[in-house]
Formats: sequence, C-alpha cells, structure tokens
Amino acid sequence: MNIGFEYVDRLLIVRIDGDIDHHSCEEIRSKIDKEITLKNPKSILFDMEQVGFMDSSGIGVLIGRYKLISNNGGKAGMTNVKPQIMRLCEICGLQKIIQIYPNKKKAIASIKEC
Amino acid sequence: MRIDNEMKLEFLSKSQNESFARSVVAAFVAQLDPTIEELAEVKTAVSEAVTNAIIHGYGCGTGNVMIVSRIIDKTVEIEIRDFGAGIADIELARQPLYTSKPELERSGMGFTVMETFMDKVEIESHPGNGTIIRMTKTMKTA
Repeated sequence: MNIGFEYVDRLLIVRIDGDIDHHSCEEIRSKIDKEITLKNPKSILFDMEQVGFMDSSGIGVLIGRYKLISNNGGKAGMTNVKPQIMRLCEICGLQKIIQIYPNKKKAIASIKEC
Repeated sequence: MRIDNEMKLEFLSKSQNESFARSVVAAFVAQLDPTIEELAEVKTAVSEAVTNAIIHGYGCGTGNVMIVSRIIDKTVEIEIRDFGAGIADIELARQPLYTSKPELERSGMGFTVMETFMDKVEIESHPGNGTIIRMTKTMKTA
C-alpha cells in the first residue's frame, strides 16, 4: 500500500494508492496517524484518485482520522472520489461530516479558507 | 429451479484473502454482463460479508470461509459461510451503526451496505457454529 503525503501550508494531503478494505486499513491508519503526530497538520484532504475500491472498513478509517483532526479544530475533506465509492459514502452519510470536493484545487481553496 | 452455473471457493480467514474473494466472485458474476456499478455493488457486498466472517466469526482465531455462488438466469446467488462464533442477536447486528467491536474503528455499516447493494440478504446464524449470509441480485442489463 503506497500512501503519499504533501502539504499546502498546514493542510495535509493524503494520496492513497490501492483498495481500502479491512486488510489495508490498519496500515493506512498507522501511516496517517504517524504523519499527524510528527507534523501536526491543521486540516486533512484525502485524494482518492487512485482508490478503485472501498468498503465500510474504509469509512471507519476516514471517520477516525476526521475525529483526530476535528478535535484540534481542523477540517477534513475528500476529492477525486469515484462514483461507486461515492455511493458507499452517501449510504453511510460520510459526506455530512467529511466534505467531498469535485477536484483538488477547489478542495484546497475551500479547506484553507477556514 | 434451473442452475445455469455454480462455483465454490474455500479459504483461510486471513484478511489478505478479502480482495481475493471479492475478485473471484466478481469474475464469476462477469458472465452476466453486469454494469460497472452492479459489479462494484456485488464486490462491496462480498467484501463486507467476508470481513464480518473474519473479524466477528473467527476474531483472533483462524478458520475457513466458504463461498458458494450460483447463476440462475439473470440472478446471482452468493452464500458466504463461516464456522465461527455466530451472531447472538441478528436484528441488533443488522442495525445501522451497530458494531460489537467499537474499539476497532468499525463503522457498523456492513449489513446496511449489503442490504442496499443487493436485492435480498438473509442471515442464518447458530451461536458457536457459525453464520451463513445468503445474498441475491438480479442484473438489470443481462
């Protein structure tokens, strides 16, 4: 599982590359949490362009990271979400707490305003 | 009832087999010429059921997970069976957001996702002897 990190000021952009399921979520969780502990970002944006599959295990991981960031007053967002994953997010009501943006540029502009 | 095709798959309850299991079922279902959306729905439902078997059926232990899938006309039937702990209260387990393992950051949406993505989901469980999840879905485009 390849996970890339980049920053726009204190916004952490997490680029996940691969399927998100129960098997991969432990590695995703520990890598992101390590990055959050080390760099203390204000907000987080998940770039899902390279995620072809996600099940409800992924919902648990995303909500867990949202809690970490929002406890310190930050915001969480997602972008480049594929239609089949968007349906899962809608069923689970994820978009009510993690804003889903049509592209990375809009996501960065919106999250950084806050 | 005429069964047009059938397959069986049995594997150890290891999490690295989750993607293997959903990919095998997707490849089997592909013969019905589903849409990308229908295929993604079947894969997600299978992933939820297999994950439940591994996490809740066997917990820290290991056992076998069995999948039997049948194609009848335009409909796929999928049975996912474990021989583990079983579910004491099926109605509670089906509730959205319910999880018996909140410490694992589970969303508690597994059964809700299965019920949304498949046409029918039945749960048969015997505490101490395991659980069978039976799901069916009719492809609209086949």
